[in-house]
Amino acid sequence: MPLLEISDLRKAFTAPDGTAHEVVRIAHFTLAAKAQLALSGPSGTGKTTFLHLIAGILTPDAGHLTLDGVEMSALAESARDRLRATSIGYIFQTFNLLQGFTVLENVLLGMSFGPGADRPHAEALLRRVGLGDRLNHFPRQLSTGQQQRVAVARALANRPKLVLADEPTGNLDTANARASLALIREACTENGAALLLVSHDPAVLASFESHASLAELNAASRPNGGAL
Amino acid sequence: MTLWLLVRRSLRQHLLSTIVTALAIALAGGLLMSVWAVKRQAHDTFTGQTGGWDAVLGARGSKLQIVLNSIFHLEASPGNVPWADYLDLASNRAVSLAIPIAVGDNYRGYRLVGTLTNYFTQADYAPGKKFAVAPGGDIFADGYREAVVGSFAARRLGLKVGDEFHPYHGLNFDPNAQHQETYKVVGILEPSNTPADRVIWIPLAGLQNMSGHDPNSANDVSAVLVKLRTPVAGKSLELLYNRQGNRFTFAWPIAEQVAYLFERFGWFDQVLTLVAWLVALVATGSVLASIYNSMSARKRDLAILRALGARRGTIFGAIVFEAAAIAALGMLIGFVIYFTVVSVVAAVIRAQTGVVLNPFAWDAVLVWAPAAMIALSALAGIVPAIKAYRTNVAEGLAPES
Repeated sequence: MPLLEISDLRKAFTAPDGTAHEVVRIAHFTLAAKAQLALSGPSGTGKTTFLHLIAGILTPDAGHLTLDGVEMSALAESARDRLRATSIGYIFQTFNLLQGFTVLENVLLGMSFGPGADRPHAEALLRRVGLGDRLNHFPRQLSTGQQQRVAVARALANRPKLVLADEPTGNLDTANARASLALIREACTENGAALLLVSHDPAVLASFESHASLAELNAASRPNGGAL
Repeated sequence: MTLWLLVRRSLRQHLLSTIVTALAIALAGGLLMSVWAVKRQAHDTFTGQTGGWDAVLGARGSKLQIVLNSIFHLEASPGNVPWADYLDLASNRAVSLAIPIAVGDNYRGYRLVGTLTNYFTQADYAPGKKFAVAPGGDIFADGYREAVVGSFAARRLGLKVGDEFHPYHGLNFDPNAQHQETYKVVGILEPSNTPADRVIWIPLAGLQNMSGHDPNSANDVSAVLVKLRTPVAGKSLELLYNRQGNRFTFAWPIAEQVAYLFERFGWFDQVLTLVAWLVALVATGSVLASIYNSMSARKRDLAILRALGARRGTIFGAIVFEAAAIAALGMLIGFVIYFTVVSVVAAVIRAQTGVVLNPFAWDAVLVWAPAAMIALSALAGIVPAIKAYRTNVAEGLAPES
């Protein structure tokens, strides 16, 4: 059984003028446990919406989304929050670190909403991503690449089954992007997490053995596909 | 741990508004506690301040005025009581002790009270407590120009044993109304925390015969302090002096007269308390405003927390907790304000009346007022908490343009 299974997933938003605009329409999608898949996702293909749906941040209008055997669309919001906290790690393009919290606290907070804060594990993860000497620094005191590594450690803190990465190298220079990508992949492998990464960077996509096109996957992103 | 960490960091992130809001709470809470505690303590202390006496006999007039004049050494005497009437009262079987006092002079604003030496030797100013003279001093001798000075008056006037002074005529200090007589300080009273501390005591005859006083009143006294053999004995004396007679007023029981004074000014207490509560409400409103106004700036952080798996209830609880934490912080400072305000008020009351309030005395308001302020602030925090509860995660996570 795949870790993530999606069928007939649909999501539309209402524009200010009142018309509904479909953003996601995916007939079928699966991701095996511990697999690593890159999705090419240029602007307008609904990549963030797609990842938010998988993370349970958004609810689909229709369709099924099953994570590790749990039908997410059938869960109440609090149960989805819990599932997200325990089973999903999310790496954002802009990292979304909490600026008022230290590096260690950013990771511990992510843990506290899931199985509970585990300081030794948080410190071990931060050492693993090369930030063992930056535990008490605040995000603004770190370079962009270092902030990205905090985001990676935070995403893996709860030993998730699935890591979602939304343009994780979008804000990094080439050297940092390459190093960061390798780190994400290695860390996911070490932690036994599947990785679903969305990027429009050909170099990133090329580095993955498995990749697919979100534009092809998402019928709503095709010309006239989003019209309802 | 999570809630505390969230609140702690948030308070630090919004340090200026945290400090300003906490100070508003501190002022409001401190004021509320001060008003309440001073009101209660003043009522209890003043109504309990009988000087050890059960009743006072004075010239026909207001009972309250007689009590204020003879027990608190405030106000003027409504008139005189002839010596013969004092003796009549003293020999009444219902009376165990009757001591006359005479007023009418001062020394630099501190009242001179003439009395007999048994005021110090026989009367208890509180159960089991008699006035004591500080080491090195003694009680004045009847018939001599000697004075025993209350501890507070001595400190304020800088008088010590061996000093001499000229009394001034009247109850208010007039530099041009100096008497010719010279009085010598022979003793300083140990503090009794009663109005007696701010009085200069001299022999009764000294005050009666002070130069410039009406010779026709030389045998009169201003009032007679009375200790009854039994509490119910006051009823018959009240009947005798207040109902059957029309020359004197028998103020009994003393505490009731002071309580009546507080009753008369009860409306003022209520206004003061209402103002304190309104200030408290405004302060808790400032908690609401300060957190609510910061919600836009927090939108992203709240969305991140939600994306990390924080439930809406956790976010809601964190904001309410933060409001309560600001109030708790404020109330810690509020205690400093409380002790400062009550100390100042106590000093003023002591200087004016001799009655001592204790700023460190236990009062239930020290528990329920902080609890009420924290609860009200937490209640005020519900409004921004609802806003936080409704945070749209996807919108909040969208990259800022």
